[in-house]
Amino acid sequence: MATKLKPVDAVVVGVGLTGTILAKELAEAGLQVVGLERGRWRDTDPDFAMPHAHDELRYVKRHELMQDLSRETISFRNNTKETALPMRQLGSFRPGEGVGGAAVHWGGLTWRFLPWDFETRSRTLARYGKDHWPTDCTSQDWGITYEELEPHFDRFEYLYGISGKAGNLKGKIIAGGNPFEGSRSREYPNPPLKTAYAGALFDDAAKKLGYHPFPSPSAALSRPYTNEYGATINGCVYCGYCQFFGCEMGAKASPQTAVLPNLMKQKKFELRTLANVVKVNLDSDKKRAVSVSYIDSRGREFEQPAELILLTSYVFNNVRLMLLSGIGKPYDPAANAGVVGRNYAYQTPSSVTLFFEDKVFNQFMAAGGLGMTIDDFNGDNFDHSALGFIGGGFFQAATSGSRPIEVRPVPRGTPRWGGEWKQAVAKYFNRSFPITIQGACQSYRTNYLDLDPTYRDSYGLPLLRMTFDRRENEHKMSTWITNKAAEIAKAIGPSKMNVTPRTEKYTIVPYQSTHNTGGAAMGADASTSAVNKYLQSWDVPNVFVVGASAFPQNGGYNPTGTVGALTFQALQAIKTRYLKRPGPLA
Amino acid sequence: MDESEGRRRFLKSVSVLGAAIPAAAAAQHAGHAPAKPEKFMFLSPAEVAFLDAAVARLIPADELGGGAKEAGVTYFIDQQLFGGYGVMAKMYRQGPHAEGTPQQGYQSPLTPQEVYRAAIAEVNAACAKQYGKSFDKLASAQQDEVLRALDEGKFALEAVPPRFFFNLLLDNTVEGFFSDPIYGGNRDKIGWKLVGFPGVAAVYTQHVEKHGVPYEALPVSIVDILEGKTALDEHGHPKHVLLVRKES
Repeated sequence: MATKLKPVDAVVVGVGLTGTILAKELAEAGLQVVGLERGRWRDTDPDFAMPHAHDELRYVKRHELMQDLSRETISFRNNTKETALPMRQLGSFRPGEGVGGAAVHWGGLTWRFLPWDFETRSRTLARYGKDHWPTDCTSQDWGITYEELEPHFDRFEYLYGISGKAGNLKGKIIAGGNPFEGSRSREYPNPPLKTAYAGALFDDAAKKLGYHPFPSPSAALSRPYTNEYGATINGCVYCGYCQFFGCEMGAKASPQTAVLPNLMKQKKFELRTLANVVKVNLDSDKKRAVSVSYIDSRGREFEQPAELILLTSYVFNNVRLMLLSGIGKPYDPAANAGVVGRNYAYQTPSSVTLFFEDKVFNQFMAAGGLGMTIDDFNGDNFDHSALGFIGGGFFQAATSGSRPIEVRPVPRGTPRWGGEWKQAVAKYFNRSFPITIQGACQSYRTNYLDLDPTYRDSYGLPLLRMTFDRRENEHKMSTWITNKAAEIAKAIGPSKMNVTPRTEKYTIVPYQSTHNTGGAAMGADASTSAVNKYLQSWDVPNVFVVGASAFPQNGGYNPTGTVGALTFQALQAIKTRYLKRPGPLA
Repeated sequence: MDESEGRRRFLKSVSVLGAAIPAAAAAQHAGHAPAKPEKFMFLSPAEVAFLDAAVARLIPADELGGGAKEAGVTYFIDQQLFGGYGVMAKMYRQGPHAEGTPQQGYQSPLTPQEVYRAAIAEVNAACAKQYGKSFDKLASAQQDEVLRALDEGKFALEAVPPRFFFNLLLDNTVEGFFSDPIYGGNRDKIGWKLVGFPGVAAVYTQHVEKHGVPYEALPVSIVDILEGKTALDEHGHPKHVLLVRKES
């Protein structure tokens, strides 16, 4: 029997990147806010303390900071003809668990999506016509433009203290930055990180080919920085244990370093950890959420009434809670109707690995997001008319941490084991580096999320089911842009290189990226989006669903910068409009 | 265990920057070779013999130094199988089970513990039938033949698909060769010395822009730090002892 608790003004479901910011701001605005987090409390000290912080097996292979699948996972199939089976171990993506969420172990690349990304459909049709549009593609405009989001990108970058170099300041192209980015109102709050050898070689080669290299924007901070919440983030020491790890230096921007010091002092905020929300309860006409139900670590069920409910957990859990609670109409791919679960997308990563006989790179001296990038082949920054695909991705000579259990490249054709393999690993561990390509992924009618008919979590509730494969557009794009990256690689002059476009059937097994997107897409049309441009549910207006779940398709970037901007977009609408007059904002 | 070939070679080819090895570095360098044989928790003697033989083929000892056997990978696997990993503590185990497609990943109802137990017995039984000996008694070339057949899916197993077992074994072998010695493998930091990985990181702020300049340090493990064998900075990062390589 559930214990009914005293009503509060707002509940935040998931205390990670988006939830911490919203909770802090709303508590400060005078609302009584409860944060419900299914995992445990985690902080720099003692959770990420030396020397155990530098343990590759524990963090990369045994997933110390990541989701415990024994309690809840997803099921997966490539298409509706197959039977979905549970993801029994982590592979393709690595969601987080606990306070801070995946933003504890994230890699730190902090991008603004291109203006084009927010208007993918209308701009593609305008420039290339209907015939260029991929078959079955449901990618769409976001219902918001880059210009509207610019102040929110700016606020997030200053909150997290991002290190980078502007390429377009108020419309003026700045040398050394990204000339393709949307116009920004200010320079980054901190200068770029240092340049590693791999980045220097890439920079030189890319310039010679007429491209526009610039330092990647990173949440590993180039110097100590105090943000608007009074939190001080330290300077990075390039230890190379960044992505998949917590930062012992407090030098990676995260909820722990940027927001929680302030949030935990807010008198009107209460954090409840090990509190797993299983349902949002609606009133009888399903137009209003009245409370959330959660189960604590002793198995007790509680009902927490609230005026405002913010779903701020990872993509999967945001969508699953909507489906379990009856918020919005579930997507039906056969009828191409319904919205919740629609437009699930991912990423199309590929790479070129360069091998040298005579150069050493010390790639273990690294930081999350350390690298040199070109954006010449992202979005619609290049002419697609003769190419037969849309989208692209950024190329980066990445120095993000080489640790030998996971990162030990060998030239293609080397056996997987035995003496020859050992010789190659010994030779090339320190004589290689990758150019990584963060390819975009469009949305399709056949890629979606719904509830699994068979498999259940530890509470007996249906798992989320993912039906997903990349399509011809992604394979063509990946092949073409990876070959472009190979031209740059060739100009650098390696003795050998592995050119690895992404063309195979999607597999959930090897790690690719924790950039799952969509399922609760935002948009201007309630028949094709689950939330409006303020991240507010069309059907239940006192529920906001904030995160990469709102992306209608994924761009050729890491998603976090755009997730941060959407958080402030939702916040501004809630603070300036919704609280004054609760109800639909669009 | 005696000083490994790899370490001898390592010591021969490098000398510590400066006049003498500091006491702390010398202690750190003494290695963690156990005085007595390891006490296995999960593996039977026959399974230990199988794994010693198999991992020695996957990562062999050669002129570069010791391989997976010398690194203590069998003991590492034993410890992993006995712990949470071996029983799928953080993995989803509910049925119903089906083999699924390759894209759907690990679907066996067996835990890693159970996979090793069942598959090693099957491989040994098949070797006995074909060669009249268990796997560990075969010549190296025959062992390679068996491993290759498992890798290529041509060696019939009942309990799990052959490549599933092979991939698990290879994955755990690489883990044991390159993980921190605190887990019982990578003994004497054989794996890290092979590739030139310094282990627990120092502050690299002053080195990251020294392009193309080798950074050769005595690798530091978590064990070294917990045992107080390494000087630390104020954040707990080790102060690496840098080496210079003698031109040969």
